[in-house]
Amino acid sequence: MYKKDYSSRKYVIIFIFSMILILFIVKLYYLQVVENKYSTSAKNLVIRTVTEYPMRGLIYDRNGKLIVYNDAVYDLMVIPRQIKNLDTNEFCTLLNIDTVYFKKRLKKAIHYSRYKPSVFIKQLSKDEYAKIEDKMYKFKGFFVQRRALRKYTTPIAGHLLGSVGEVNQRDLKRDSYYRSGDYIGKSGIERFYEKLLRGTKGTTMIQVDVHNRNKGSYQNGKYDTLAVSGKNLTLSIDADLQAYGERLMQNKVGSIVVIEPKSGDILAMVSSPGFDLNLLIGRSRSKNYTRLRNDSLKPLMNRAVMGAYPPGSTFKMINALVALQEHAITPNTKFTCQGPESRPIKCTHHHKTPLALNEAIKQSCNPYFWNTFKSLLNKPSLGGTHNAYEKWYNDVRSFGFGQKFNTDIPFELKGNIPSRAYFDKVYRGSWNALTVRSLAIGQGEILVTPIQLANLVAIIANKGYYYPPHFLKQADGEDSIVAKFKTKVTTVVKPQYFDVVQHAMRDVFAMEHGTAHYYEVDSLQQCGKTGTVQNPHGEDHSLFIAFAPYKDPKIAVSVVVENGGYGSKWAAPIASLLMEKYLTGKIKRKRLEKRILNGDLIHHKKK
Amino acid sequence: MTKRGNIIANTDWITVGLYLLLVIGGWFTIYSASFDNPSVSMFDLSERFGKQALWIALALLLAFVIMIIDAKFFSAFAWWIYFFIVFVLIGVLLFGKTVAGSKSWFQIGSFAIQPAEFAKFATALALAKYLGKLNVNMGLLKTKLVAITIIMFPSLLILLQNDTGSALVYFSFILVLYREGFSGIFIVLGLVVAALFILTLLIGKLYLISGLALLALLVIWVSKKARKSYKTIILLFALSSMFVFSVHFAFEEVLQPHQRNRIKILLGMMHDPRGVGYNVNQSKIAIGSGGLTGKGFKQGMLTRYHFVPEQSTDFIFCTVGEERGFIGSSLLLLTFLALLIRLVFLAERQRSAFSRIYGYGVASVLFFHIAVNVGMTIGLMPVVGIPLPFFSYGGSSLWAFTILLFIFIKQDANRLNVL
Repeated sequence: MYKKDYSSRKYVIIFIFSMILILFIVKLYYLQVVENKYSTSAKNLVIRTVTEYPMRGLIYDRNGKLIVYNDAVYDLMVIPRQIKNLDTNEFCTLLNIDTVYFKKRLKKAIHYSRYKPSVFIKQLSKDEYAKIEDKMYKFKGFFVQRRALRKYTTPIAGHLLGSVGEVNQRDLKRDSYYRSGDYIGKSGIERFYEKLLRGTKGTTMIQVDVHNRNKGSYQNGKYDTLAVSGKNLTLSIDADLQAYGERLMQNKVGSIVVIEPKSGDILAMVSSPGFDLNLLIGRSRSKNYTRLRNDSLKPLMNRAVMGAYPPGSTFKMINALVALQEHAITPNTKFTCQGPESRPIKCTHHHKTPLALNEAIKQSCNPYFWNTFKSLLNKPSLGGTHNAYEKWYNDVRSFGFGQKFNTDIPFELKGNIPSRAYFDKVYRGSWNALTVRSLAIGQGEILVTPIQLANLVAIIANKGYYYPPHFLKQADGEDSIVAKFKTKVTTVVKPQYFDVVQHAMRDVFAMEHGTAHYYEVDSLQQCGKTGTVQNPHGEDHSLFIAFAPYKDPKIAVSVVVENGGYGSKWAAPIASLLMEKYLTGKIKRKRLEKRILNGDLIHHKKK
Repeated sequence: MTKRGNIIANTDWITVGLYLLLVIGGWFTIYSASFDNPSVSMFDLSERFGKQALWIALALLLAFVIMIIDAKFFSAFAWWIYFFIVFVLIGVLLFGKTVAGSKSWFQIGSFAIQPAEFAKFATALALAKYLGKLNVNMGLLKTKLVAITIIMFPSLLILLQNDTGSALVYFSFILVLYREGFSGIFIVLGLVVAALFILTLLIGKLYLISGLALLALLVIWVSKKARKSYKTIILLFALSSMFVFSVHFAFEEVLQPHQRNRIKILLGMMHDPRGVGYNVNQSKIAIGSGGLTGKGFKQGMLTRYHFVPEQSTDFIFCTVGEERGFIGSSLLLLTFLALLIRLVFLAERQRSAFSRIYGYGVASVLFFHIAVNVGMTIGLMPVVGIPLPFFSYGGSSLWAFTILLFIFIKQDANRLNVL
């Protein structure tokens, strides 16, 4: 019988075999070579990164007094997959939570991962931890991870130290160092020196099997690192002076800045009302933060660097110094004053006329400084009003006004010294000394911050130079940062022109009709200048700048009391008490101190 | 000629070499996958790799025995062997031990043996015996029915043991039937049925039937020839519509839930990487993370730390993928392809129809196993629990595949003695 030959069908069969296996190879190429998400998934499954958190650097004051340190808290962690035979009731009772909360937290943890640990309850205190410590063995799947929280030896300097809190999305995006749940400096020194303070996290990579059992280190610890503690910082501030300043400013709105003229060290920086950093740690942080942020008195705002005020009479000394330097006046130049009848600016004081510079500073004579300012802008050798203004502008800026110091002061504002271009624009090029006369007495467009005022006093005390104000005095092994702050900045005004200003400021205390004579203490050799700044929203701001002692200045102070009236009423005594405290270490003027401490400009106003 | 009688000279050493390559490769892979303690020897009998070494030794012994048995034994006793296995399969249904839901094991002392594995070569022998008769007429319906019965009978018995994967293997004999003269329509029909099945699940029966109706109208409208036989086309349309309706029923009512879910996962209709899709998902991660060159011997973290279930048996390809990368895993597939093509080549050079048909049976069964096993680990096939030939851990399957292959090698070595 004839049988048909089907042997050519072998090609069809070989074709089928080949097609299927080649299809598989193509799919493998896609899985293994093209797509790389699987490598990541594989690592996520197998590798657990165990993080060792370093100690955050401690913060000391200039005298070595500890201000900020760390305290252990305990995060209760959970790995949902490992929970076994849990007595939920006992667990909840021990932790003082209800079962609804328990279920909610567990659901959240499961949502994150069944295999990886996540925080079940944040920041248990030592006491809470002690309660559960012995019983932890009963709760399979739960364990405790030690974390450090910031602690403060005294509740001072909230603004300048700043708070530490959990990183937000922006931090995570900006710096890959952080992982969700890490802590970061949120403001102040904590934020500025975050990289020094945080140290370096240590990581250990371990491999785990499908039951999350430790299978040893990954690649023999090739990628493991040890934790490195953060650097300890010594700040320029004097904790006692800072605390005293805060007490003096209680129930007042305003700020104090104290600088050591010879170094630019900020000895104290007070902004009132302030806040206690202890409110911004731990589990109640966000609740307290919201409350502080919504407070109408803006306690979170650091007025010492973010408050911009017209400097008022305190600015007259700069105008005097610039005019002396540019030879527009001499210390003996006299101008007449018609008192309230003076034009274009009237005088609010009664004094002899004509008068010289020394007297004009003591009396804060507006007409005198108008004439000084006019003489400068109209001085022929300076090439016309506009060029002379530019000269004035640059000279003023050499005192640090209208710009940031760019040291380690967080969130500082520039203030404002109006430029020639600004007036050209506003007045379409047609303006003269009369147009900008307010500048002569520190009003108008000029805005300065309290720290710039304190720096001005430091310049006057140093007779013409300053070190940009800063907080950092010392950091382990970081001398280069500190060295940066030791760069001397010299103003354009020659030292000899400061004598007359210093002398006048001394007279503000020493002479019988000086505006701060009431606060004179012979041994302190205080020098100062009041300022009363008109404020369209209410009572005048009370300003005072001062330094002491006269012959060898050790301290420069600026005080702003918002709505405090005359400079001599609140700002001057506060500055005077601070100088007494710093220079002698104690306060003899108990009655004065009591009046200031009891002074309440906030609750009185609200009535 | 002396050469005729020389079994060593006539043995196809290429096939034997590929076999040894795969078996040894499998053993190393099992070692790498289940190794936990470096101080344990590769031959430690308390570990899987140690046992596999023993299974390999016994398999080689089996191969040797087959090579010295008279070649005519297998054709002479084909029916005896077939019916003996059928008898054993029934015995398993009555007295067997249930492992993982399948009642397919005989427990003898500490050894468990799975008769279904051995039914494959028995079926291949019986099929070869029947179709290899000189007077068999492929055109007769009777011939077709007998051939299909020979194939389906053990398959049904295995299905009754609840071992769906092993039962499905018997479909591979369609390739043998095709080679022996069954119409190619069968293969095309099979593809159409599979396509309709998948399309029904993916796009729903109503849309599909509307689509088919449009297609039928289009064919009638376009082709004059088709217009003449419009009755056939309408009949085809009616049949496929009925099929589409029955697919829905079969899928929802006949398949077991886990089978339904595996198909849904494969078709992307369901996403459940922690539940039903766990195996496939983990398997793809393990293979995908191997990259181009792999992580190296014993470095497959996922497979070593048990992230892939069944990593030394059904999912052993994952270990290859993870540790050997794209290069290693494609080389393995190419080795399998070389073996399959070599088997087709050997089958075609046989003088007797019996040997040729048996040879095709071997190639088809191996192909089905490779395609389904590897396909499931890379997400191209539903999860069906059948081993990778010569590679997966397990005595029964290794011996069964060894017997399957070596009977053919023996037939081939003896081919010059056939008149």
